[in-house]
Amino acid sequence: MAGTAVRGRLTWQVATAGAVMDETASVRTIDLEVPGWTGHHAGQHLDVRLTADDGYVAERSYSIASAPDEPVAITVERLEDGEVSPYLTEELRAGDEIEIRGPIGGYFVWPWGDAASPLLLVAGGSGVVPFRSILRHRNDIGSTTPTRLLYSARSLADIIYRAELDMPRDGVQVIYTLTRQ
Amino acid sequence: MSPISRGFHGRRHETAADTKRVPPGQYVTTDFPVLSAGPTPHTPLDSWSFSIMQSGDTSKSWSWQEIHALPAEDVTADIHCVTRWSKLDTRWQAVSIDTLLAQVEHNARFVLAFCDGGYTTNLPLADVTGGQAWLAFGFDDQPLQPEHGGPARLLVPHLYFWKSAKWVRGLELLAEDVSGFWERYGYHNYGDPWREQRYAGD
Repeated sequence: MAGTAVRGRLTWQVATAGAVMDETASVRTIDLEVPGWTGHHAGQHLDVRLTADDGYVAERSYSIASAPDEPVAITVERLEDGEVSPYLTEELRAGDEIEIRGPIGGYFVWPWGDAASPLLLVAGGSGVVPFRSILRHRNDIGSTTPTRLLYSARSLADIIYRAELDMPRDGVQVIYTLTRQ
Repeated sequence: MSPISRGFHGRRHETAADTKRVPPGQYVTTDFPVLSAGPTPHTPLDSWSFSIMQSGDTSKSWSWQEIHALPAEDVTADIHCVTRWSKLDTRWQAVSIDTLLAQVEHNARFVLAFCDGGYTTNLPLADVTGGQAWLAFGFDDQPLQPEHGGPARLLVPHLYFWKSAKWVRGLELLAEDVSGFWERYGYHNYGDPWREQRYAGD
């Protein structure tokens, strides 16, 4: 996959958390209201910056879970010894402000429609997040590109977006492989 | 001025000494994460070589055996990935790029590292000379594993680690700078972690 490069300087901007949705016991999707968002390609990511009240700062990168036509959303998996992911999945509430910058990445993207060759997506765990953006984008633009997703998770309960992935779509095949079940 | 993230306190389990060694926006990991843009190549050692190229011609080439006949160093360095992990005190067995370039006549100002699989990355010559860069083939006294760039990778620890190209097969010496793979996709041309030069314009 290939696409356009990041253009110009990426500046930090304030994003306000909107709705949050639990995808699994440890994974949450967070809608973000970003007034100055310039749009993104399916498959890109963004940087998140958190600032503690004493000025301590932590930054991480997250894949964008939403299609280009939708408001920005990220899906975050909580890592038990993590610093940022427990905050984003347990503490952050609608109305809270964080900083983001993006979109980032011009290589791992799918900006094309029907001119593109067939799409084989292979993901493990939270690696499926950018593929939700790609699959939704494929749907939004009415693409008929033959598409197959091979998705490895620990168990059925750990499959992120399961209801959405299980929805039949023309030309899309989803195959799960479970490693601990 | 950044807004305070309500309820965020941070973990800060790094020691004060570590903090001085960790560039802004990075966190310390004891894992060795694996990230690459394509499949892992498996080049047999008897067909492996490392080449210095100039104007499309090979100025000098070393076989696997010839590289190992050169003086090797034990290098201990902190490494910093643009995806925000840093790993401290990594130990490598490597040949200095100074040793390789000493066998070639040139007046280059830039290099473009090239690799099995087609990956490239560009660096100023000044950043791969003066004891700052190596061709690394060992990690923790073991052969460098393919997922970490083996049989050999570039090691340029003072820049973000995408500059330390995995599966490297040579350096093209250049008078003018030419963007490498990630550099063309919007990542910073130079990539100094202490100045947080992650993306173009940083």
